[in-house]
Amino acid sequence: MHPITTAHYVALSAALLLIGTLGVLTRRNIVIILMSIELILNAANINLVAFSRYWGPENMNGQIFAIFVITVAVAEAAVGLGILIALFRNKETVQADEIDLLKW
Amino acid sequence: MMDTVFFYIFALMTLGGAILCITRRNAIHSAIFLIMSLMGVAGLFLLQHAEFLFAVQIVLYIGGIMVLFLFVIMLVNLDEEARHRQFNRQWLLGVASVAVAGGSFTLFLRHQTAWTALPVAGRSAPAGNTELLADVLFRNYLVPFEVASVLLLVAVVGSVIMAKKRI
Repeated sequence: MHPITTAHYVALSAALLLIGTLGVLTRRNIVIILMSIELILNAANINLVAFSRYWGPENMNGQIFAIFVITVAVAEAAVGLGILIALFRNKETVQADEIDLLKW
Repeated sequence: MMDTVFFYIFALMTLGGAILCITRRNAIHSAIFLIMSLMGVAGLFLLQHAEFLFAVQIVLYIGGIMVLFLFVIMLVNLDEEARHRQFNRQWLLGVASVAVAGGSFTLFLRHQTAWTALPVAGRSAPAGNTELLADVLFRNYLVPFEVASVLLLVAVVGSVIMAKKRI
C-alpha cells in the first residue's frame, strides 16, 4: 500500500467542503444548515493541520490557526442557535425558505 | 502501513458521516451522524500528531457544540418539520454548482506538484505537542489570542440577547 501524502488530506478536505456546501445550498432546515457550516469549517481545519505537518514537525502555525477556526466556529454556533431560537419564537418555523419577510 | 489503514477508516467515517448528516430527514439523526463525522476528523488530527487538537475536537466539538445542537433541536420541536419537504426549490442549481466546484478541485488535484509527492508520515513526531503549541500561541500569536477571547465574549453576550424573551 502506498503511503499517505499531503495530497490525500487535501482531497479529503475538498470532498468534505463540497458535502458541506451541498448541505448549505439544498437543505431547508436551518439547524442542518448550521451543521453543514460546521462541516465546512472542519474541512478547513483538516487542510490547516495537514499543511502544518507538511512544513515540518516543529512548525505549529497551522495548528494555531486551526484553534482560531474552532474558536470562530463556537462563536458562530452559539450566535446562530440563539438567532434560531428567537426566530422559532416569533415565526414558529425553522425552514429557511419560509423566512422571506425581506423578499419583495 | 498502519497509518494508511487508519487514514482510510477515518476518511470513511468523516465522509460517510457527513453525507448521512446532510441527507437525513430527522434532525437528531443528522446530529448523531455529524458527531460520527467529527470523530473521524479527530482521528485524522491524531494521525497527524496534533494531539492537542484531537483533545480539543473531542471535548469542544463533540462535548460542547453538539450538545448545544441537540439541546436546540429538542427545544424547537422539529417533529412537524420532519414531515415536510426537506430540500428547497433551488436544489438542482445547488447540486450543479457543487458539481462544477468538485470538477475544478479534481482538475487541480490531478496536477502532481511538489507538495503532493511528500509523505506526511515520513516525518518524526516532535515530543510534547501541547508545549510546542503553547509556546507559539503565547509568544507569536498573543494578540490574536486576546482578540479571540473578545470574540467569544461578544458571542456569549450576543446569544444571550438573541435568546432572551424581552431585553
